[in-house]
Amino acid sequence: MRERKIKWGYVIIYLVLIVGILITVLPFIWMFLTSLKSQSEAVKVPPVIFPSVLRFENYSNVFTKIPFARMYLNTIISAVVTVVMQLFLCSMAAYAFGRINFPGRNVIFAVLLAVLMVPSSFFILPQYLIIQNMGLLNTIPALFIPNLFSAFGTFLLRQFFMALPDELEDAARLDGCNHFMIYSRIMLPLIRSGLVALGILTLRFAWNDLMWPLIVNTSTEKMTLSAGLSFMQGQYATDYPTMMAGAVMAVLPLLVMFAIFQKQFIEGVAMSGIKG
Amino acid sequence: MNRGKKKSHAKEYAWGYAMIAPLVLGLGVFYFYPVFKVFFDSFHDVGAFNKRKWVGLANYQKMFQDPVMWQSLGNTVKYVLIIVPAVLIISLVLASLLNTGIKGRSFFRVVYFIPAVTMGAAIAMIWRWMYNGDYGILNYILNLLGLESVQFLSNTKTALVSISMVSVWSTTGYNMIILLAGIQGISKSYYEAASIDGANGINQFRHITLPLVTPTLFFVMITTLIGTFQTFDTIYMMINKNSIAMESTQSMVVYFYRNAFEYSKKGYASALAVFLFVIIMVITVFQMKMQNKWVNYE
Repeated sequence: MRERKIKWGYVIIYLVLIVGILITVLPFIWMFLTSLKSQSEAVKVPPVIFPSVLRFENYSNVFTKIPFARMYLNTIISAVVTVVMQLFLCSMAAYAFGRINFPGRNVIFAVLLAVLMVPSSFFILPQYLIIQNMGLLNTIPALFIPNLFSAFGTFLLRQFFMALPDELEDAARLDGCNHFMIYSRIMLPLIRSGLVALGILTLRFAWNDLMWPLIVNTSTEKMTLSAGLSFMQGQYATDYPTMMAGAVMAVLPLLVMFAIFQKQFIEGVAMSGIKG
Repeated sequence: MNRGKKKSHAKEYAWGYAMIAPLVLGLGVFYFYPVFKVFFDSFHDVGAFNKRKWVGLANYQKMFQDPVMWQSLGNTVKYVLIIVPAVLIISLVLASLLNTGIKGRSFFRVVYFIPAVTMGAAIAMIWRWMYNGDYGILNYILNLLGLESVQFLSNTKTALVSISMVSVWSTTGYNMIILLAGIQGISKSYYEAASIDGANGINQFRHITLPLVTPTLFFVMITTLIGTFQTFDTIYMMINKNSIAMESTQSMVVYFYRNAFEYSKKGYASALAVFLFVIIMVITVFQMKMQNKWVNYE
Protein backbone atom coordinates (compact mmCIF):
# COMPACT_ATOMS: atom_id res chain seq x y z
CA MET A 1 0.00 0.00 0.00
CA ARG A 2 2.64 2.44 1.15
CA GLU A 3 4.98 1.54 -1.69
CA ARG A 4 2.27 2.15 -4.27
CA LYS A 5 1.55 5.59 -2.87
CA ILE A 6 5.18 6.66 -3.20
CA LYS A 7 5.29 5.50 -6.80
CA TRP A 8 2.23 7.56 -7.67
CA GLY A 9 3.95 10.58 -6.22
CA TYR A 10 6.85 10.04 -8.61
CA VAL A 11 4.53 9.59 -11.56
CA ILE A 12 2.98 12.98 -10.86
CA ILE A 13 6.39 14.61 -10.45
CA TYR A 14 7.59 13.22 -13.78
CA LEU A 15 4.36 14.22 -15.45
CA VAL A 16 4.67 17.82 -14.28
CA LEU A 17 8.32 17.98 -15.29
CA ILE A 18 7.64 16.53 -18.73
CA VAL A 19 4.79 18.97 -19.37
CA GLY A 20 7.27 21.69 -18.40
CA ILE A 21 9.78 20.32 -20.90
CA LEU A 22 7.19 20.31 -23.67
CA ILE A 23 6.18 23.90 -22.97
CA THR A 24 9.85 24.89 -23.00
CA VAL A 25 10.84 23.03 -26.15
CA LEU A 26 7.81 23.15 -28.46
CA PRO A 27 8.19 26.84 -29.39
CA PHE A 28 11.74 26.10 -30.56
CA ILE A 29 10.60 23.10 -32.58
CA TRP A 30 7.84 25.19 -34.14
CA MET A 31 10.34 27.90 -35.03
CA PHE A 32 12.58 25.31 -36.68
CA LEU A 33 9.73 23.62 -38.59
CA THR A 34 8.39 26.95 -39.83
CA SER A 35 11.88 27.94 -40.99
CA LEU A 36 11.86 25.05 -43.46
CA LYS A 37 8.38 25.58 -44.88
CA SER A 38 7.17 27.47 -47.91
CA GLN A 39 5.18 30.63 -47.23
CA SER A 40 1.93 28.94 -48.28
CA GLU A 41 2.61 25.96 -46.01
CA ALA A 42 3.36 28.28 -43.10
CA VAL A 43 0.03 30.10 -43.30
CA LYS A 44 -2.12 27.05 -44.09
CA VAL A 45 -5.16 26.40 -41.87
CA PRO A 46 -5.25 23.76 -40.42
CA PRO A 47 -1.48 24.01 -40.03
CA VAL A 48 0.95 21.71 -41.78
CA ILE A 49 3.26 20.23 -39.16
CA PHE A 50 6.06 18.97 -41.40
CA PRO A 51 7.11 20.77 -44.59
CA SER A 52 6.66 18.67 -47.74
CA VAL A 53 10.05 19.80 -49.03
CA LEU A 54 12.77 21.11 -46.71
CA ARG A 55 13.28 24.62 -47.97
CA PHE A 56 16.79 25.51 -46.95
CA GLU A 57 16.63 28.46 -49.32
CA ASN A 58 14.78 30.31 -46.54
CA TYR A 59 18.13 30.38 -44.77
CA SER A 60 20.05 31.76 -47.73
CA ASN A 61 17.24 34.27 -48.31
CA VAL A 62 18.01 35.85 -44.95
CA PHE A 63 21.50 36.67 -46.20
CA THR A 64 20.23 38.29 -49.38
CA LYS A 65 17.41 40.25 -47.75
CA ILE A 66 19.51 41.81 -45.00
CA PRO A 67 23.34 41.95 -44.45
CA PHE A 68 23.10 39.00 -42.11
CA ALA A 69 26.74 37.90 -42.46
CA ARG A 70 27.89 41.39 -41.42
CA MET A 71 25.51 41.25 -38.46
CA TYR A 72 26.96 37.92 -37.43
CA LEU A 73 30.46 39.32 -37.59
CA ASN A 74 29.47 42.48 -35.69
CA THR A 75 27.85 40.43 -32.95
CA ILE A 76 30.86 38.13 -32.64
CA ILE A 77 33.32 41.03 -32.50
CA SER A 78 31.23 42.94 -30.01
CA ALA A 79 30.67 39.90 -27.79
CA VAL A 80 34.31 38.76 -27.82
CA VAL A 81 35.69 42.22 -27.10
CA THR A 82 33.15 42.77 -24.33
CA VAL A 83 33.93 39.47 -22.62
CA VAL A 84 37.73 39.68 -22.91
CA MET A 85 38.05 43.33 -21.93
CA GLN A 86 35.52 43.11 -19.13
CA LEU A 87 37.28 40.08 -17.65
CA PHE A 88 40.62 41.88 -17.85
CA LEU A 89 39.52 45.26 -16.44
CA CYS A 90 37.31 43.77 -13.73
CA SER A 91 39.80 41.17 -12.58
CA MET A 92 42.66 43.66 -12.44
CA ALA A 93 40.61 46.11 -10.38
CA ALA A 94 39.15 43.28 -8.29
CA TYR A 95 42.69 42.13 -7.44
CA ALA A 96 43.63 45.64 -6.31
CA PHE A 97 40.43 46.06 -4.28
CA GLY A 98 40.77 42.65 -2.71
CA ARG A 99 44.50 42.35 -2.07
CA ILE A 100 46.29 45.72 -2.05
CA ASN A 101 45.97 48.18 0.81
CA PHE A 102 45.77 51.73 -0.44
CA PRO A 103 44.12 54.81 1.02
CA GLY A 104 40.48 55.24 0.02
CA ARG A 105 40.16 51.68 -1.18
CA ASN A 106 36.97 50.81 0.67
CA VAL A 107 35.33 54.14 -0.04
CA ILE A 108 36.01 53.91 -3.77
CA PHE A 109 34.76 50.33 -3.84
CA ALA A 110 31.56 51.20 -2.00
CA VAL A 111 30.90 54.09 -4.36
CA LEU A 112 31.38 51.81 -7.38
CA LEU A 113 28.87 49.34 -5.98
CA ALA A 114 26.24 52.07 -5.91
CA VAL A 115 26.01 51.61 -9.68
CA LEU A 116 24.38 48.24 -9.06
CA MET A 117 21.39 49.98 -7.49
CA VAL A 118 20.61 51.96 -10.63
CA PRO A 119 18.48 50.40 -13.40
CA SER A 120 20.47 50.03 -16.61
CA SER A 121 17.99 52.00 -18.72
CA PHE A 122 18.83 55.01 -16.58
CA PHE A 123 22.32 55.32 -18.09
CA ILE A 124 21.39 54.70 -21.67
CA LEU A 125 20.46 58.19 -22.85
CA PRO A 126 23.65 59.95 -21.64
CA GLN A 127 25.70 56.97 -22.85
CA TYR A 128 24.18 57.50 -26.25
CA LEU A 129 25.02 61.22 -26.16
CA ILE A 130 28.63 60.44 -25.17
CA ILE A 131 29.00 57.97 -28.03
CA GLN A 132 27.44 60.55 -30.34
CA ASN A 133 29.90 63.24 -29.17
CA MET A 134 32.78 60.86 -29.74
CA GLY A 135 31.53 60.53 -33.31
CA LEU A 136 31.09 56.79 -32.87
CA LEU A 137 27.44 56.29 -33.80
CA ASN A 138 27.11 53.55 -36.41
CA THR A 139 30.48 52.02 -35.64
CA ILE A 140 31.40 48.65 -34.15
CA PRO A 141 33.09 50.13 -31.01
CA ALA A 142 29.78 51.86 -30.19
CA LEU A 143 28.31 48.39 -29.63
CA PHE A 144 30.67 47.43 -26.83
CA ILE A 145 32.36 50.48 -25.25
CA PRO A 146 30.02 51.09 -22.26
CA ASN A 147 29.84 47.35 -21.58
CA LEU A 148 33.57 46.97 -21.00
CA PHE A 149 33.21 48.29 -17.46
CA SER A 150 31.26 46.36 -14.88
CA ALA A 151 30.81 47.03 -11.19
CA PHE A 152 29.07 43.68 -10.77
CA GLY A 153 31.98 41.80 -12.35
CA THR A 154 34.47 43.56 -10.09
CA PHE A 155 32.39 42.71 -7.05
CA LEU A 156 32.09 39.05 -8.08
CA LEU A 157 35.80 38.56 -8.82
CA ARG A 158 36.92 40.39 -5.69
CA GLN A 159 35.26 37.66 -3.62
CA PHE A 160 37.42 35.10 -5.40
CA PHE A 161 40.67 37.02 -4.92
CA MET A 162 39.92 37.54 -1.24
CA ALA A 163 39.48 33.81 -0.73
CA LEU A 164 43.06 33.07 -1.87
CA PRO A 165 45.69 32.48 0.88
CA ASP A 166 48.28 35.17 1.72
CA GLU A 167 51.17 32.70 1.56
CA LEU A 168 50.99 32.69 -2.24
CA GLU A 169 51.60 36.40 -2.33
CA ASP A 170 54.39 36.34 0.28
CA ALA A 171 56.29 33.69 -1.66
CA ALA A 172 55.95 35.61 -4.90
CA ARG A 173 57.13 38.79 -3.16
CA LEU A 174 60.32 37.06 -2.06
CA ASP A 175 60.91 36.11 -5.68
CA GLY A 176 60.71 39.78 -6.57
CA CYS A 177 57.30 39.78 -8.25
CA ASN A 178 55.41 43.07 -8.43
CA HIS A 179 51.65 43.31 -8.03
CA PHE A 180 50.86 43.05 -11.71
CA MET A 181 52.94 39.87 -11.95
CA ILE A 182 51.30 38.37 -8.86
CA TYR A 183 47.92 39.21 -10.33
CA SER A 184 48.50 37.99 -13.84
CA ARG A 185 50.77 34.99 -13.32
CA ILE A 186 49.83 33.59 -9.94
CA MET A 187 46.36 34.64 -8.89
CA LEU A 188 44.47 34.89 -12.17
CA PRO A 189 44.84 31.18 -13.00
CA LEU A 190 43.54 30.35 -9.52
CA ILE A 191 40.24 32.19 -9.91
CA ARG A 192 39.41 30.45 -13.17
CA SER A 193 35.95 29.39 -12.03
CA GLY A 194 35.09 33.00 -11.25
CA LEU A 195 36.35 34.19 -14.61
CA VAL A 196 34.37 31.49 -16.41
CA ALA A 197 31.20 32.42 -14.51
CA LEU A 198 31.55 36.13 -15.26
CA GLY A 199 32.54 35.41 -18.85
CA ILE A 200 29.39 33.37 -19.41
CA LEU A 201 27.08 35.92 -17.82
CA THR A 202 28.68 38.67 -19.91
CA LEU A 203 28.57 36.66 -23.13
CA ARG A 204 24.89 35.89 -22.60
CA PHE A 205 24.20 39.60 -22.18
CA ALA A 206 26.43 40.81 -25.02
CA TRP A 207 25.03 38.34 -27.53
CA ASN A 208 21.37 38.93 -26.70
CA ASP A 209 21.08 42.60 -25.72
CA LEU A 210 18.65 44.58 -27.86
CA MET A 211 18.08 48.16 -26.69
CA TRP A 212 21.62 49.49 -26.79
CA PRO A 213 22.62 48.15 -30.25
CA LEU A 214 19.23 49.26 -31.56
CA ILE A 215 19.94 52.83 -30.44
CA VAL A 216 23.55 53.37 -31.43
CA ASN A 217 23.69 51.64 -34.80
CA THR A 218 20.88 52.34 -37.21
CA SER A 219 22.69 51.34 -40.39
CA THR A 220 22.02 47.66 -41.13
CA GLU A 221 25.70 47.08 -41.92
CA LYS A 222 26.61 47.91 -38.32
CA MET A 223 23.78 46.12 -36.52
CA THR A 224 24.02 43.13 -34.22
CA LEU A 225 21.87 40.05 -34.79
CA SER A 226 19.35 41.18 -32.18
CA ALA A 227 18.80 44.52 -33.84
CA GLY A 228 18.91 42.78 -37.22
CA LEU A 229 16.01 40.52 -36.24
CA SER A 230 14.07 43.57 -35.15
CA PHE A 231 14.83 45.28 -38.47
CA MET A 232 13.87 42.18 -40.43
CA GLN A 233 10.57 41.90 -38.59
CA GLY A 234 9.82 45.51 -39.49
CA GLN A 235 10.59 44.93 -43.18
CA TYR A 236 9.31 41.42 -43.85
CA ALA A 237 6.61 41.08 -41.21
CA THR A 238 4.61 38.42 -43.03
CA ASP A 239 7.44 36.35 -44.47
CA TYR A 240 7.28 33.90 -41.57
CA PRO A 241 9.64 31.16 -42.86
CA THR A 242 12.44 33.63 -43.58
CA MET A 243 12.00 35.36 -40.20
CA MET A 244 12.11 32.03 -38.39
CA ALA A 245 15.22 31.03 -40.35
CA GLY A 246 16.87 34.27 -39.20
CA ALA A 247 15.82 33.59 -35.62
CA VAL A 248 17.22 30.04 -35.74
CA MET A 249 20.58 31.28 -36.99
CA ALA A 250 20.71 34.12 -34.47
CA VAL A 251 20.16 31.87 -31.45
CA LEU A 252 22.17 28.88 -32.63
CA PRO A 253 25.73 29.95 -31.66
CA LEU A 254 24.82 30.51 -28.02
CA LEU A 255 22.77 27.30 -27.90
CA VAL A 256 25.76 25.37 -29.24
CA MET A 257 28.02 27.03 -26.67
CA PHE A 258 25.50 26.08 -24.02
CA ALA A 259 25.39 22.48 -25.24
CA ILE A 260 29.17 22.27 -24.88
CA PHE A 261 29.58 24.20 -21.62
CA GLN A 262 26.29 23.35 -19.88
CA LYS A 263 27.94 22.75 -16.56
CA GLN A 264 29.76 26.10 -16.60
CA PHE A 265 26.65 28.00 -17.73
CA ILE A 266 24.48 26.54 -14.99
CA GLU A 267 27.14 26.87 -12.28
CA GLY A 268 27.83 30.43 -13.35
CA VAL A 269 24.19 31.40 -12.95
CA ALA A 270 23.80 29.48 -9.70
CA MET A 271 26.91 31.28 -8.41
CA SER A 272 25.50 34.70 -9.25
CA GLY A 273 22.63 33.88 -6.89
CA ILE A 274 24.85 32.77 -4.04
CA LYS A 275 27.63 35.30 -4.32
CA GLY A 276 25.68 38.18 -5.77
CA MET B 1 64.78 51.92 7.39
CA ASN B 2 61.77 54.14 7.97
CA ARG B 3 62.29 55.86 4.67
CA GLY B 4 62.51 52.59 2.83
CA LYS B 5 59.25 51.47 4.33
CA LYS B 6 57.56 54.70 3.33
CA LYS B 7 58.84 54.31 -0.17
CA SER B 8 57.53 50.76 -0.43
CA HIS B 9 54.17 51.97 0.87
CA ALA B 10 54.03 54.62 -1.81
CA LYS B 11 54.86 51.99 -4.38
CA GLU B 12 52.13 49.74 -3.02
CA TYR B 13 49.60 52.55 -3.25
CA ALA B 14 50.70 53.37 -6.78
CA TRP B 15 50.06 49.78 -7.86
CA GLY B 16 46.64 49.88 -6.27
CA TYR B 17 45.60 53.07 -8.01
CA ALA B 18 47.10 52.03 -11.31
CA MET B 19 45.26 48.72 -11.34
CA ILE B 20 41.86 50.20 -10.58
CA ALA B 21 42.34 53.24 -12.80
CA PRO B 22 40.98 51.91 -16.12
CA LEU B 23 37.85 50.50 -14.52
CA VAL B 24 37.20 53.52 -12.33
CA LEU B 25 37.66 55.84 -15.27
CA GLY B 26 35.33 53.83 -17.49
CA LEU B 27 32.65 53.54 -14.82
CA GLY B 28 33.05 57.23 -14.12
CA VAL B 29 32.50 58.28 -17.70
CA PHE B 30 29.82 55.79 -18.69
CA TYR B 31 27.94 55.24 -15.42
CA PHE B 32 28.54 58.00 -12.87
CA TYR B 33 28.56 60.99 -15.15
CA PRO B 34 25.29 59.76 -16.78
CA VAL B 35 23.54 59.72 -13.40
CA PHE B 36 24.16 63.45 -13.01
CA LYS B 37 23.54 64.06 -16.66
CA VAL B 38 20.07 62.52 -16.54
CA PHE B 39 19.10 64.74 -13.61
CA PHE B 40 20.56 67.75 -15.39
CA ASP B 41 18.77 67.01 -18.67
CA SER B 42 15.47 66.41 -16.92
CA PHE B 43 15.38 70.15 -16.12
CA HIS B 44 16.07 71.06 -19.75
CA ASP B 45 14.42 71.00 -23.07
CA VAL B 46 16.86 69.12 -25.30
CA GLY B 47 16.25 70.14 -28.87
CA ALA B 48 17.90 69.50 -32.22
CA PHE B 49 21.71 69.20 -32.10
CA ASN B 50 21.29 68.65 -28.35
CA LYS B 51 20.70 72.35 -27.68
CA ARG B 52 19.59 72.68 -24.09
CA LYS B 53 17.17 75.21 -22.68
CA TRP B 54 16.51 75.44 -18.95
CA VAL B 55 12.85 74.72 -18.27
CA GLY B 56 12.89 74.10 -14.53
CA LEU B 57 10.30 71.58 -13.44
CA ALA B 58 8.29 71.79 -16.66
CA ASN B 59 9.19 68.24 -17.74
CA TYR B 60 8.07 66.88 -14.39
CA GLN B 61 4.85 68.89 -14.46
CA LYS B 62 4.14 67.62 -17.94
CA MET B 63 4.97 64.07 -16.87
CA PHE B 64 2.55 64.01 -13.96
CA GLN B 65 -0.21 65.31 -16.22
CA ASP B 66 0.58 62.92 -19.04
CA PRO B 67 -2.11 60.21 -19.25
CA VAL B 68 0.13 58.03 -21.45
CA MET B 69 2.81 58.06 -18.74
CA TRP B 70 0.28 56.99 -16.11
CA GLN B 71 -0.98 54.26 -18.38
CA SER B 72 2.58 53.05 -18.99
CA LEU B 73 3.20 53.02 -15.27
CA GLY B 74 -0.06 51.13 -14.75
CA ASN B 75 0.95 48.61 -17.41
CA THR B 76 4.34 48.18 -15.75
CA VAL B 77 2.65 47.50 -12.41
CA LYS B 78 0.40 44.93 -14.11
CA TYR B 79 3.44 43.21 -15.65
CA VAL B 80 5.08 43.06 -12.23
CA LEU B 81 1.94 41.72 -10.54
CA ILE B 82 1.52 38.98 -13.14
CA ILE B 83 5.11 38.03 -13.94
CA VAL B 84 6.88 38.14 -10.57
CA PRO B 85 4.52 35.82 -8.63
CA ALA B 86 4.16 33.46 -11.60
CA VAL B 87 7.93 33.17 -12.09
CA LEU B 88 8.57 32.71 -8.38
CA ILE B 89 5.92 30.03 -7.90
CA ILE B 90 6.66 28.04 -11.05
CA SER B 91 10.42 28.13 -10.64
CA LEU B 92 10.19 27.19 -6.97
CA VAL B 93 7.86 24.28 -7.72
CA LEU B 94 10.10 23.01 -10.52
CA ALA B 95 13.25 23.42 -8.41
CA SER B 96 11.76 21.46 -5.52
CA LEU B 97 10.48 18.74 -7.84
CA LEU B 98 13.97 18.43 -9.29
CA ASN B 99 15.35 18.09 -5.79
CA THR B 100 13.31 14.99 -4.95
CA GLY B 101 16.03 12.61 -6.09
CA ILE B 102 14.36 11.79 -9.40
CA LYS B 103 16.34 10.35 -12.28
CA GLY B 104 17.47 12.58 -15.14
CA ARG B 105 17.75 15.73 -13.07
CA SER B 106 20.60 17.23 -15.07
CA PHE B 107 18.67 16.62 -18.30
CA PHE B 108 15.67 18.56 -17.00
CA ARG B 109 17.91 21.31 -15.68
CA VAL B 110 19.60 21.77 -19.04
CA VAL B 111 16.38 21.84 -21.03
CA TYR B 112 14.66 24.29 -18.69
CA PHE B 113 17.64 26.59 -19.04
CA ILE B 114 17.47 26.82 -22.85
CA PRO B 115 15.24 29.95 -22.99
CA ALA B 116 17.76 31.71 -20.73
CA VAL B 117 20.45 31.51 -23.42
CA THR B 118 18.08 32.50 -26.20
CA MET B 119 18.04 36.00 -27.63
CA GLY B 120 15.04 37.99 -26.36
CA ALA B 121 14.39 39.35 -29.85
CA ALA B 122 14.16 35.82 -31.24
CA ILE B 123 11.92 34.65 -28.40
CA ALA B 124 9.57 37.53 -29.12
CA MET B 125 9.52 36.64 -32.82
CA ILE B 126 8.72 32.99 -32.16
CA TRP B 127 5.88 33.81 -29.79
CA ARG B 128 4.52 36.53 -32.00
CA TRP B 129 4.30 33.94 -34.73
CA MET B 130 2.60 31.41 -32.47
CA TYR B 131 0.22 34.10 -31.18
CA ASN B 132 -0.72 35.14 -34.73
CA GLY B 133 -4.48 35.66 -34.83
CA ASP B 134 -5.02 34.05 -38.24
CA TYR B 135 -2.30 31.44 -38.72
CA GLY B 136 -0.94 30.98 -35.22
CA ILE B 137 -0.54 27.47 -33.87
CA LEU B 138 -2.01 28.48 -30.49
CA ASN B 139 -5.33 29.47 -32.01
CA TYR B 140 -5.38 26.19 -33.89
CA ILE B 141 -4.92 24.34 -30.60
CA LEU B 142 -7.68 26.43 -28.99
CA ASN B 143 -9.99 25.56 -31.90
CA LEU B 144 -9.17 21.87 -31.54
CA LEU B 145 -10.25 22.12 -27.92
CA GLY B 146 -13.50 23.69 -29.09
CA LEU B 147 -12.58 27.21 -28.02
CA GLU B 148 -12.84 30.41 -30.02
CA SER B 149 -9.78 32.03 -31.59
CA VAL B 150 -8.16 34.82 -29.60
CA GLN B 151 -6.48 37.90 -31.06
CA PHE B 152 -3.70 37.55 -28.51
CA LEU B 153 -1.64 40.60 -29.42
CA SER B 154 -4.08 42.87 -31.23
CA ASN B 155 -6.76 42.93 -28.57
CA THR B 156 -6.25 45.49 -25.82
CA LYS B 157 -7.74 43.06 -23.30
CA THR B 158 -5.40 40.13 -23.95
CA ALA B 159 -2.17 41.69 -25.25
CA LEU B 160 -0.61 42.52 -21.89
CA VAL B 161 -1.30 39.07 -20.46
CA SER B 162 0.02 37.43 -23.63
CA ILE B 163 3.28 39.36 -23.38
CA SER B 164 3.53 38.53 -19.68
CA MET B 165 3.26 34.82 -20.45
CA VAL B 166 6.25 35.08 -22.77
CA SER B 167 8.27 36.76 -20.02
CA VAL B 168 7.32 34.02 -17.59
CA TRP B 169 8.26 31.37 -20.15
CA SER B 170 11.64 32.92 -20.80
CA THR B 171 12.76 33.70 -17.22
CA THR B 172 11.48 30.72 -15.22
CA GLY B 173 14.33 28.35 -16.09
CA TYR B 174 17.01 30.86 -15.16
CA ASN B 175 15.47 31.51 -11.76
CA MET B 176 14.83 27.82 -11.21
CA ILE B 177 18.59 27.18 -11.49
CA ILE B 178 19.30 29.79 -8.82
CA LEU B 179 16.58 28.43 -6.52
CA LEU B 180 17.75 24.84 -7.03
CA ALA B 181 21.25 25.89 -5.96
CA GLY B 182 19.70 27.50 -2.89
CA ILE B 183 17.71 24.36 -2.05
CA GLN B 184 20.77 22.18 -2.51
CA GLY B 185 22.60 24.37 -0.03
CA ILE B 186 20.17 23.32 2.73
CA SER B 187 21.78 20.84 5.09
CA LYS B 188 20.67 17.24 4.49
CA SER B 189 20.43 16.64 8.22
CA TYR B 190 17.17 18.60 8.43
CA TYR B 191 15.54 16.27 5.93
CA GLU B 192 16.95 13.17 7.60
CA ALA B 193 15.57 14.26 10.96
CA ALA B 194 12.20 15.02 9.35
CA SER B 195 12.06 11.63 7.64
CA ILE B 196 12.69 9.89 10.94
CA ASP B 197 9.80 11.87 12.39
CA GLY B 198 7.68 10.61 9.50
CA ALA B 199 7.17 13.92 7.69
CA ASN B 200 6.07 13.41 4.07
CA GLY B 201 7.35 15.29 1.03
CA ILE B 202 4.82 18.09 1.19
CA ASN B 203 5.40 18.66 4.89
CA GLN B 204 9.15 18.69 4.35
CA PHE B 205 8.69 21.30 1.66
CA ARG B 206 6.52 23.49 3.88
CA HIS B 207 8.56 23.28 7.04
CA ILE B 208 12.14 22.86 5.81
CA THR B 209 12.64 23.79 2.15
CA LEU B 210 10.39 26.83 2.02
CA PRO B 211 11.65 28.64 5.14
CA LEU B 212 15.31 27.84 4.47
CA VAL B 213 15.25 28.85 0.82
CA THR B 214 13.85 32.30 1.61
CA PRO B 215 17.21 34.13 1.26
CA THR B 216 17.55 32.80 -2.31
CA LEU B 217 13.88 33.45 -2.94
CA PHE B 218 14.40 37.02 -1.82
CA PHE B 219 17.32 37.46 -4.22
CA VAL B 220 15.30 35.99 -7.09
CA MET B 221 12.34 38.19 -6.23
CA ILE B 222 14.39 41.40 -6.24
CA THR B 223 16.16 40.59 -9.51
CA THR B 224 12.96 39.47 -11.24
CA LEU B 225 11.16 42.56 -9.99
CA ILE B 226 13.82 44.94 -11.27
CA GLY B 227 14.07 42.99 -14.53
CA THR B 228 10.30 43.09 -15.03
CA PHE B 229 10.22 46.81 -14.31
CA GLN B 230 12.59 47.21 -17.23
CA THR B 231 10.83 44.89 -19.68
CA PHE B 232 11.69 46.09 -23.16
CA ASP B 233 12.61 43.38 -25.69
CA THR B 234 9.34 41.43 -25.65
CA ILE B 235 7.05 44.46 -25.73
CA TYR B 236 9.09 46.30 -28.34
CA MET B 237 9.30 43.27 -30.61
CA MET B 238 5.75 41.98 -30.21
CA ILE B 239 3.70 45.15 -30.50
CA ASN B 240 4.05 47.47 -33.49
CA LYS B 241 4.19 51.21 -33.02
CA ASN B 242 0.83 51.63 -34.76
CA SER B 243 -0.90 48.67 -33.12
CA ILE B 244 -4.14 49.43 -31.29
CA ALA B 245 -2.67 47.56 -28.32
CA MET B 246 0.40 49.82 -28.19
CA GLU B 247 -0.73 52.10 -25.39
CA SER B 248 -2.24 49.31 -23.38
CA THR B 249 0.98 47.26 -23.40
CA GLN B 250 3.74 49.84 -23.38
CA SER B 251 5.86 49.75 -20.21
CA MET B 252 7.64 52.71 -18.65
CA VAL B 253 10.93 51.71 -20.27
CA VAL B 254 9.34 51.40 -23.71
CA TYR B 255 7.69 54.80 -23.27
CA PHE B 256 11.04 56.22 -22.18
CA TYR B 257 12.70 54.68 -25.23
CA ARG B 258 10.11 56.13 -27.61
CA ASN B 259 10.45 59.60 -26.13
CA ALA B 260 14.23 59.52 -26.13
CA PHE B 261 14.89 57.94 -29.50
CA GLU B 262 11.75 58.11 -31.60
CA TYR B 263 10.00 61.34 -30.59
CA SER B 264 13.38 63.06 -29.80
CA LYS B 265 12.16 64.43 -26.51
CA LYS B 266 15.34 63.80 -24.60
CA GLY B 267 14.59 66.21 -21.77
CA TYR B 268 11.20 64.66 -21.15
CA ALA B 269 12.67 61.17 -21.45
CA SER B 270 15.23 62.09 -18.76
CA ALA B 271 12.42 63.05 -16.41
CA LEU B 272 10.79 59.67 -17.11
CA ALA B 273 14.10 57.93 -16.35
CA VAL B 274 14.41 59.80 -13.04
CA PHE B 275 10.86 58.83 -12.09
CA LEU B 276 11.45 55.18 -12.97
CA PHE B 277 14.65 55.19 -10.95
CA VAL B 278 12.87 56.67 -7.92
CA ILE B 279 10.10 54.06 -8.16
CA ILE B 280 12.58 51.18 -8.36
CA MET B 281 14.57 52.59 -5.45
CA VAL B 282 11.48 52.96 -3.27
CA ILE B 283 10.37 49.40 -4.03
CA THR B 284 13.84 47.97 -3.39
CA VAL B 285 14.18 49.79 -0.07
CA PHE B 286 10.68 48.66 0.90
CA GLN B 287 11.55 45.05 0.05
CA MET B 288 14.78 45.28 2.05
CA LYS B 289 12.81 46.53 5.04
CA MET B 290 10.15 43.86 4.63
CA GLN B 291 12.65 41.02 4.37
CA ASN B 292 13.02 40.73 8.16
CA LYS B 293 9.40 39.63 8.24
CA TRP B 294 9.81 36.59 6.05
CA VAL B 295 13.45 35.88 5.15
CA ASN B 296 15.36 33.53 7.46
CA TYR B 297 19.10 33.98 7.56
CA GLU B 298 20.55 31.02 9.43
